[in-house]
Amino acid sequence: MGGLPAGSVERTEHDYADWERRVDALMVLLSGVFGGRKLMTVDELRKNIEALGPEAYDAMSYYERWVTAITQTMLQRGVITTEELARKMREVGERGAG
Amino acid sequence: MALAEALFQPGERVRVMKIDPLGHVRTPYYIRGASGVIERLCGRFANPEELAQMRDGLPPRPLYRVRFLQREVWPDYRGGRDDTVDVEIFQHWLESA
Amino acid sequence: MSDLGKYAPLTYFQLMEVSLRELLVEKGVLSERQIADTVDDMRARGPERGARVVARAWSDAAYKRRLLADGSAACEELGLDVPALRLVVVENTPAVHNVIVCTLCSCYPRMLLGLPPDWYKSRNYRSRVVREPRVVLAEFGTVIPAAVAIRVHDSTADMRYMVLPMRPAGTEGWEEERLAALVTRDSMIGVALPTAP
Repeated sequence: MGGLPAGSVERTEHDYADWERRVDALMVLLSGVFGGRKLMTVDELRKNIEALGPEAYDAMSYYERWVTAITQTMLQRGVITTEELARKMREVGERGAG
Repeated sequence: MALAEALFQPGERVRVMKIDPLGHVRTPYYIRGASGVIERLCGRFANPEELAQMRDGLPPRPLYRVRFLQREVWPDYRGGRDDTVDVEIFQHWLESA
Repeated sequence: MSDLGKYAPLTYFQLMEVSLRELLVEKGVLSERQIADTVDDMRARGPERGARVVARAWSDAAYKRRLLADGSAACEELGLDVPALRLVVVENTPAVHNVIVCTLCSCYPRMLLGLPPDWYKSRNYRSRVVREPRVVLAEFGTVIPAAVAIRVHDSTADMRYMVLPMRPAGTEGWEEERLAALVTRDSMIGVALPTAP
């Protein structure tokens, strides 16, 4: 990305939402920074972010890209399955709507 | 196991290969094909290209901090003549210049 | 973890976060306690930690040498834990001004300084600061004289960089705490200078 034409730097800073901080925490924990079981590397995470493609920068926020990449990594590693994720997302979605 | 040999010394002039392989790569596009000087050997590290593919990236391989003159990287650079950019690049991306 | 007074439907990605977290907890990979503790831990890391390091380096020449030789060890010397951080501190001098970027993603010495600001992670900063650092710094209100070389560090590997700014004039004899108050996060990234006394 270095050197590509781009606009002026918007010095935005937002206070991170709770869910964003939890995504950050998942990254820290799953990559073994605090010494726990290392279930992924930052390299896999970065590869999965790159795999989202350039449109992802417009379509998704920073932590939306991260949560997607972490989830992809967990699927690739076999920690979770797509079926489990689908079932859980439906369950959580219904719970939230209730 | 013997340490992977460090081919380049600080002060040596090197060029970054201008290649575009698939996979996860940590050599930025903007610096490929550019020539600079070895500032230091940073150490030996597991290969991130392999780590990204869920392999262990071993044995660790030499990583260098390479210093480039900005006016040699960007044809239209209008900053200072001595402005530089330092990039950390793995040995397998470098060749003698 | 929700604020019952402000219920809003979850976005797709928030739904993913909740689902991923609950699955990991159910499988015994992580606990809710660990996740909450890690959130708190990261909250407690902020630029004031880096400011302490800078203030000590300004006050103690031998410490400064140790800091430049091994940034992480020097942090730990002050009781600042920096797990998994390989910190390299680069010194501003009258001849060289340093600026840090990660053009490939958003690498930042988070374990010392906390979460990076949005702009540091933005496409615009990452694209332009490596190509036209003086223009970008000017947008931050920082003008580096032509006689001073700008050195951009692109953190492409495992090292994380922090700038050791020059000590402002007029601070002779100041205690470390007073010095630390002059050190801003942006001066440790290199897009700004420390506050003048």
